[in-house]
Amino acid sequence: MSLELTLHTAPTVPLEADILSPARLGGLSALAAAKLTVVYGNQPAELGEFFKVAGAANGELHLTGDLSRLKQIGAGMGEGRIVVHGPAGMHLGAGMTGGEIVVEGDAGDWVGPEMSGGRIVIKGNAGHMIGSAYRGSAVGIRGGEILVFGSAGNEVGAGMRRGLIAVGGDCGDFAGVNMLAGSIIVLGRLGWRTGAGMKRGTIVSMHPAELLPTFSYACNYCPPFIRLYLPYLSRLGLPVPDAQIAGPYQRWCGDAIELNRGEVLFLDTGEAALRG
Amino acid sequence: MGSSLRIVNGRVFDPANGVNGAVQDVCIQDGRIVADVPPDARKIDARGQVVMPGGVDIHCHIAGPKVNLARKVQPEDHRLDVHPRTRFTRSGTGGTVPSTFATGYRYAAMGYTSAMEAAVPPLGARHTLEELHDTPVLDKGFFVLVGNNVLLYRLLQEGRHEEFRQALAWWISVTKAYAPKLVNPGADEMWKGHRNANITALDQKIDSFDLTPRKVIAAFIEAGNELGLPHPVHIHCNNLGHSGNYETTLETMRLAEGRRAHITHIQFHSYGSVAGKSRDNPTSRAHDIAEFVNTHPNISADVGAVMFGHSTSMTADAPLAYMLRQFSHGKWVNADTEHESGCGILPFTYQDRNYTNALQWAIGLELFLLSKDPWRMVFSTDHPNGGSFMSYPRLIRLLMDREFRKEQMAKVNQKALEHCSLRDCQQREYSLYEIAIITRAAPARLLGLTQKGHLGAGADADVTIYDEDDDKERMFSTPRYVIKDGELIIDDHEFRADHEGRILHVAPDYDPEIERVIQPFFDDFYTIRFANYPVDDRYVRGGQIIPTTGQAAPAGR
Repeated sequence: MSLELTLHTAPTVPLEADILSPARLGGLSALAAAKLTVVYGNQPAELGEFFKVAGAANGELHLTGDLSRLKQIGAGMGEGRIVVHGPAGMHLGAGMTGGEIVVEGDAGDWVGPEMSGGRIVIKGNAGHMIGSAYRGSAVGIRGGEILVFGSAGNEVGAGMRRGLIAVGGDCGDFAGVNMLAGSIIVLGRLGWRTGAGMKRGTIVSMHPAELLPTFSYACNYCPPFIRLYLPYLSRLGLPVPDAQIAGPYQRWCGDAIELNRGEVLFLDTGEAALRG
Repeated sequence: MGSSLRIVNGRVFDPANGVNGAVQDVCIQDGRIVADVPPDARKIDARGQVVMPGGVDIHCHIAGPKVNLARKVQPEDHRLDVHPRTRFTRSGTGGTVPSTFATGYRYAAMGYTSAMEAAVPPLGARHTLEELHDTPVLDKGFFVLVGNNVLLYRLLQEGRHEEFRQALAWWISVTKAYAPKLVNPGADEMWKGHRNANITALDQKIDSFDLTPRKVIAAFIEAGNELGLPHPVHIHCNNLGHSGNYETTLETMRLAEGRRAHITHIQFHSYGSVAGKSRDNPTSRAHDIAEFVNTHPNISADVGAVMFGHSTSMTADAPLAYMLRQFSHGKWVNADTEHESGCGILPFTYQDRNYTNALQWAIGLELFLLSKDPWRMVFSTDHPNGGSFMSYPRLIRLLMDREFRKEQMAKVNQKALEHCSLRDCQQREYSLYEIAIITRAAPARLLGLTQKGHLGAGADADVTIYDEDDDKERMFSTPRYVIKDGELIIDDHEFRADHEGRILHVAPDYDPEIERVIQPFFDDFYTIRFANYPVDDRYVRGGQIIPTTGQAAPAGR
């Protein structure tokens, strides 16, 4: 039986709840879990002041309610599974190394920053900075997967080093900014200044977008890896038509200020990419 | 203060008074070491423990504008190292450049009770003093950057030596500084005037002036000694970090001509080059440098050892920061302070498999092991440049434990060890007595702090008590007791009190007429009005003026 936490008192200020991870709740009874300390605003509080806790920890955690003010859910987790039945707040799965988080609703900013393993699935929309580096750090997501079924905000995968970020809808500006490696796949539209400062890595979109002048057109081709990645995303539930799997794709190289080793791929719809 | 304390049964190491491990009482009354205290005084039983004066760091970077820039440029460093508050102490953040509160507490938690911030532009004096006030436990002061000061250069160029001396005294006095600091003299003018230019030789003409670094350094050594400053001059030589720079270092030390001068982080200035190879390929010339220091009692130095891992390069040597940036390719800061100084900051990681980094590490150890007078080759990592002050216990273990040193040598780039003599001097082990000299007694003496670094009657009651332990790193990481001004700050490994510590500064006399020379320069070129420039006494409230003398005290024993 999994541990079930149901919100009975909605927090009016942010509640920092990095204890909400399978490992930290492992072996605890519902009563003991309710006694754990969280930080409410700048004051310590007990988890039970906000949640009704039932069941027992067995590596799976179910959180129900409007958790949009809960920060750090699953931060640093290395194993197990968290299912959020409702929206989740900022810093979801920050620095996680393994396991899975599924959010049935929307997620706030900073989903999976600097994570190195595991999978985060957001069934709704996500905020800014998903899979990115924290301010000051050079490296964002180092491994693992983030799937957003809806749209995402700005700076998706900033400083990304490895792993996969997939967005079913559109994403905001600066996707893959300062990206070092890894893959970002956006089934919808990209915002402005995609891949600014990217050193290596791949950004894929199904629609042409306005690129910076430091990106240059290379060729049209059918990348073999697309035929592996997109069916994989399809199996995970993202809507991927066969035409997208087949290609071809326009390949743009950039960012020239970092020696043109990165690439942005657009599904070739006959529509030309725009120059910034 | 006000309480009395008797430490009994401890092995006392007090080199300034010739005490080498004798079991004897140390008595404290009203913040001072005294000969005896009443029988009802609190007793600390230090059986099985080592009693030393509180540590004195002669050279570190812990406060002021550049330190704050280093904090700002590395938010990730702080996020990962939170320093929580306790009932007695305040919160902060750590990393290689801790916040002010954390700096004081972390120094205290290693048994250090005094530290000198080593490079502050005069315009940053107020900021620095404010941060030092927020650096708890420690007594502290700062060295003021004067080696690239445009007005002082003008006076020197025009041969106005008396006015130069008066102006130097004015600058030290009005900024509430402790000592004059030279950093890569002449380089700021080159750096500002030309693309990627630097000073490469002592006889090179300084851009815009009819001067050379040789003239500048000699003038400051002369003036600092004539003013009778307790620490006459603190010199960061030219060519830091460049292959073959040991010749510049030797030349600089020769300029003292028998007068006192302190060469700082001398490890970074002890590099040779392979004949016929690129100048980028350094070798060790620690032997030459140590030999010179050994045979010249007017010269003292701190080592500036390199420790592997994360560091922050933080220097008034702007061209150096640019050079390092070419290796790190990461974020960096370069700044200019009007007519006074420059600065550069960047995160840097020393790697044991890297030839140059391993050589730097080895040269630091060589200098310690080749030194014949521990009173003049003292302990530092140039925190946070060569490594954080938190690495001091590990460095102490490297000096005291040759087996540990051998283990570490086996892990580093072996080619680097072929270009130094560390293997030849690895039999030497520092004793506790020598460690007490290089970390306490000698820095205090070189700074002219007569009340610090020893446990004789009348000294400040700054005392550290360590549990004896074969693992010297563990021993020096966790003192059981730390007493500051007679107050038990750390009791049984736990903080039991907070303490502000005081500002140490000097106030050399100067002829008020010199202001007639200085003020017009301010009116013409400074962004700050002359009347607003001097730091007023509120910034050193509760501080202590260390007296100057007509003649500086000798450096050695």
